[in-house]
Amino acid sequence: MSAEKTGKSSVLSHALKDALIAGIVAFGLFILLLGFLTDDSRGPLQLRQRPVLLASIVGMVFVGRFLISLLYYNAPALRHWLGKLWFAICAFAARYKWQLVALMFAVAASRIYYAPQSWPLALIIVATTFIGVRFGFSAALLVFAVLFPVTFYSNPYYLGIAIIILTYVMLGWGLNIVVGLAGLLDLGYVAFYAVGAYSYAIIAQAYGWSFWVCLPLAGLFAAFFGVLLGFPVLRLRGDYLAIVTLAFGEIVRIVLLNWISLTNGPNGIGSIPRATFFGIPFNPTEAGFAATFGLEFDPTHRTVFLFYVILALALITNWVTIRLRKLPVGRAWEALREDEIAVRSLGINPTNTKLTAFAIGAMFGGFAGAFFATRQGFISPDSFTFPESALILAIVVLGGMGSQIGVAVAATVMTASFELFREFEQFRLVIFGFAMVGIMVWRPRGLVSTREPTAYLKERKKISVEHVAEGRG
Amino acid sequence: MTEPLLSIKGVSAFYGSIAALKGIDVEIMPGEIVTIIGANGAGKSTLMMTICGNPQAREGSIIFEGRDITDLPTYEIMRMKIAQSPEGRRIFPRMTVFENLQMGAATAEGGDFRNDLARVYSLFPILEQRSTQRGGTLSGGEQQMLAIGRALMSRPRLLLLDEPSLGLAPLIVRQIFSAIRDLNQREKLTIFLVEQNAFHALKLAHRGYVMVNGRIALQGTGRELLERPEVRSAYLEGGR
Repeated sequence: MSAEKTGKSSVLSHALKDALIAGIVAFGLFILLLGFLTDDSRGPLQLRQRPVLLASIVGMVFVGRFLISLLYYNAPALRHWLGKLWFAICAFAARYKWQLVALMFAVAASRIYYAPQSWPLALIIVATTFIGVRFGFSAALLVFAVLFPVTFYSNPYYLGIAIIILTYVMLGWGLNIVVGLAGLLDLGYVAFYAVGAYSYAIIAQAYGWSFWVCLPLAGLFAAFFGVLLGFPVLRLRGDYLAIVTLAFGEIVRIVLLNWISLTNGPNGIGSIPRATFFGIPFNPTEAGFAATFGLEFDPTHRTVFLFYVILALALITNWVTIRLRKLPVGRAWEALREDEIAVRSLGINPTNTKLTAFAIGAMFGGFAGAFFATRQGFISPDSFTFPESALILAIVVLGGMGSQIGVAVAATVMTASFELFREFEQFRLVIFGFAMVGIMVWRPRGLVSTREPTAYLKERKKISVEHVAEGRG
Repeated sequence: MTEPLLSIKGVSAFYGSIAALKGIDVEIMPGEIVTIIGANGAGKSTLMMTICGNPQAREGSIIFEGRDITDLPTYEIMRMKIAQSPEGRRIFPRMTVFENLQMGAATAEGGDFRNDLARVYSLFPILEQRSTQRGGTLSGGEQQMLAIGRALMSRPRLLLLDEPSLGLAPLIVRQIFSAIRDLNQREKLTIFLVEQNAFHALKLAHRGYVMVNGRIALQGTGRELLERPEVRSAYLEGGR
């Protein structure tokens, strides 16, 4: 204590100096912004002075800055939280396009809070500030995703969670084609995930083909099952369709459980061939990945590779969806969601339109399933139960049906919060339920509830919230 | 005498076991505006839907350009240069006006999208102003114009209009009817019009049919029907 006596007084003087500078800057900034008011409510334009307001604002800045400086020089833990708070304010401000405020707080935060994990946040803030909320956010997320393994290389736990999140993002995007675009409520999407996983596992074990050969095959099988599901439900809509798809999901699971000669029943399929780096296995042998590229063997190599595989698969799903929306088939999906009778009256075959939606949605589910199988190395029917379907559907609905970025955010939030609340195992679903109710109350049309038109003549125009479907099937 | 563009011969259609159409005969010549008027529930809209194959006729036949379309599925009928502006308009509310019109061109083979678009925009200039706006945000009259415009995008030879005046202000009704007349006179487009607004419809149409309880009760030229006392009393003077 005594040794810090001099340090303490210098802290105080530092803080005072900081506060004084901040006060002067605030005075200079606000004297015109707040100190004067032009008022034409009573007759001609008048200039009113507001000295009390100005003084109190400047006073608040002075005191605030003084306290912050004290904390900044004194208490690292508080500083840490303050930094987080600053970033939160920043993100909030950026969300509402108060670019200047966001930028001010971003600078303030970066001065206080240097944690290495903070760079993605800063990136998002800067990008949203300068490129605009929508594209900036997407671009920042993409850069963050691509650089993620670089930042968290030393932390395989985070990498694992990121892979799970991306799997759900991909599943959400896949289901989004069926539910969000074509408007066909599908409660059995996990069936296609299962078909993809099992077809990968069985083909890879039986024929020893590589991941890159089996992956498209798994997708094809799943698409085939999508068409298989599509045919009997063509005439159904809404609730009835949901019930049949729910049953379909259960049928697939029960078949997997009981067709023991093919699927090994409840014991599942183990020792599924692991993904290789285009033929080079990830193992410590001479022919392994590490040895080939002159690196030291590290099991994280495989994890990083898997991360990039699922990232690529998810991005392909997204890209294909975006492209399809601009093609006649994608526009027919959206029109079908709006009004089936009108679609038929325009000479579009609703049967083919629905079947392609089911098939393409199922194909991406199958890709995700194949990835799941190769990552886990073991699959059993337990992984493909109804709650899984419900989770994927919740991701699509919460994300805002049809919105790609919304689905990605919802998948991240849901999956990450499941990890976050792992300690409160038995309350997880309660929290999940509350979150769900909360979102449906405050954002009934999903997190991102605008629909971007796919065709423009002159300018882009966002579509206002009121006209995006509420949680209807 | 020229071949009729569309001929409906002895068509009966049912909803379950209830007969909605009982042996209807209607002929539409190329270049004509033909209207069907009648009270609520007379079967006017059912007749129009039956032409489109939903529900399909259980008896009789529907011939379009010499081809029997009675048993074709809806989407194939709609590919044969027949377009419909359905009852209640049925535009796509969450898609923009432009996207709605694109959907209309979905089956226009080898068509020139830009030309078709320009044609619709010159017919209904308001749609061009609203092109980036969503269908659901348009007023009723604009939605009706969009529904007609969307139908025109497929370059039909026969345009089916189901109650285009439904729920619209008199001024807008006049505007839409004058657009219909324009289409017929300038482009020789054949139009089949189902209307409650008997006065306007009969004034516009070359020929008209009066439908009562699933049957054709009267037919004649528009002017003839307008002057018939039973038509006047039933449809033009508030049903008194």
